[in-house]
Amino acid sequence: MDNNKTIGMVETQYYTFAYPPNELELESGGRLGPVTLAYETYGALNESRSNAILVLHALTGDAHAAGFHEVDKDPGWWDNMIGPGKAFDTHKYFVICSNVIGGCKGSTGPSSIDPKTGRPYGLTFPIITIKDMVNAQRYLIDHLGINKLISVTGGSMGGMQALQWVVSYPERVSSVIPIATTANHSPQQIAFNEVGRQAIMADPNWNDGDYYGKELPAKGLSVARMVGHITYMSDVSMSEKFGRRFKDIKQPFKFSPEFEVEGYLQYRGDNFIKRFDPNSYLYITKAIDYFDFTNGKGLHELLKGIKSRFLIIAFKSDWLYPAYQSQEIARACKLAGVETVYCELNSTYGHDAFLVEVEEQSHLVKHFLERTTRGFSQA
Amino acid sequence: MDLVKPDYQAILQLITPGSSVLDLGCGSGDLLAILEREKKVRGQGIEVDDKAVFDCVTKGLNVFHSDIDTGLSEYGDKSFEYVIMHMTLQQVKKPDFVLIEAMRVGKKVIIGIPNFAHINARFQIFFKGRTPVTPALPYEWHDTPNLHFLSILDFEEYCDRQKIRIEGAHFIGIRGRVKILPNLFAQTGIFVISGQKDEQH
Repeated sequence: MDNNKTIGMVETQYYTFAYPPNELELESGGRLGPVTLAYETYGALNESRSNAILVLHALTGDAHAAGFHEVDKDPGWWDNMIGPGKAFDTHKYFVICSNVIGGCKGSTGPSSIDPKTGRPYGLTFPIITIKDMVNAQRYLIDHLGINKLISVTGGSMGGMQALQWVVSYPERVSSVIPIATTANHSPQQIAFNEVGRQAIMADPNWNDGDYYGKELPAKGLSVARMVGHITYMSDVSMSEKFGRRFKDIKQPFKFSPEFEVEGYLQYRGDNFIKRFDPNSYLYITKAIDYFDFTNGKGLHELLKGIKSRFLIIAFKSDWLYPAYQSQEIARACKLAGVETVYCELNSTYGHDAFLVEVEEQSHLVKHFLERTTRGFSQA
Repeated sequence: MDLVKPDYQAILQLITPGSSVLDLGCGSGDLLAILEREKKVRGQGIEVDDKAVFDCVTKGLNVFHSDIDTGLSEYGDKSFEYVIMHMTLQQVKKPDFVLIEAMRVGKKVIIGIPNFAHINARFQIFFKGRTPVTPALPYEWHDTPNLHFLSILDFEEYCDRQKIRIEGAHFIGIRGRVKILPNLFAQTGIFVISGQKDEQH
């Protein structure tokens, strides 16, 4: 096993399209253009352009999924899954990771400059949906000259994009690997996102989204991130990581963080402002909440006639995206007669499991892709 | 082909090439993989054991990680040409219900059961006074997935009582096919059943 091998140094690339008057048409009826998407690629595209896999990230992720950037000491967010000999084997596949519109990691979002005003969009940025993110990515895939992807995959919000891909462009994906995700957001999931949004908007520095170049609503974003982190872990993983241990503190009691778990959440929250735009957090969580790709129809009706194979993975301790939501997708696949593998993995890591449970996921993904490409080459 | 276990061999011969097959309790997917290879079936497995599901994925099979006691409600009537339950029926909590569901979903249902009345088993009970452990019933009493113990006669009688039509029966013993006294000499009974008799009228 060459599990420790990484793809090495990588660079984020950018593709700009949808220049006026041909702006990207959004689900809301609005238009957005020009649009830039940040993306990275790993491995080599083969001559027939038939070995591409599209990887999509979660809420606060970015295009940097694998390998190293020159300045960072940490690799990309899914480096343990993407690389030579890994689940998404860069010896065989050309792996693309695309950022999303609405984000703040190099793609067009509320912190980008609106060419009409010369100032950041802020709240004048149009409402975007998961479907809009996917439509934008389709431009990127066209630009790369790829007609059909071997697979589209991602965890959490990445899984939503993957599902949307197969419904929006079924003829362009041979398989889909949605991980720890759902076909539509539940009231509980919306509720957690709303707490995060309210925290940001309650920060006086938020200033109706007009804070660029001024004091940032860092505390609001920090609280939003803390709520998020709680939902990504499990009771067990928190107990194992922190227990009821106290931090080493000298000062007298003043509601400063005493427990290790408090310190961890505050640290994670406070650092988040360095890498994430509060308005992007608002826009993207809203896109996630709107996500219901069934459009009121039965999910199985939507999947009928779809030739793409499904590998659906859920984690037993994930209470943010509980396994029953993945089972619903699997059931719809059954009803629709879609070729499907459904697997529920034992993990104590909660929702974060999709980032850390490498061994079992790799096994499933590797063999599933092998079978998919075998079928693909026969076709 | 001569490496294929005799019970698999028997099932293999019952399946029309290119048909659709649902294997309930498919285990590590050995049978389903053979069926896909030899008969080019469109296969789908359902299996509850984690490790077995992994083995299925290794073999490139389509498999759902799930138990079957909750039913097969997602599948429409007669949505598979064959539903196979090989060495599964004795392990489910509600064999009645699962059998009805299997007959609803499959045009034909193939059931494989370990025969509790096989001569080896009888010998162990009668002379040794021990719960039988045989090649078809390989588990110790304290560590067995089997919840129900039945014989070939039991199953035939059950089908008769429930008005289930037995279209074919194949019996496998230690040295291959068993033609006489199957309830005594067969370790495994394989039955092809198709719906309840009153459904047919």
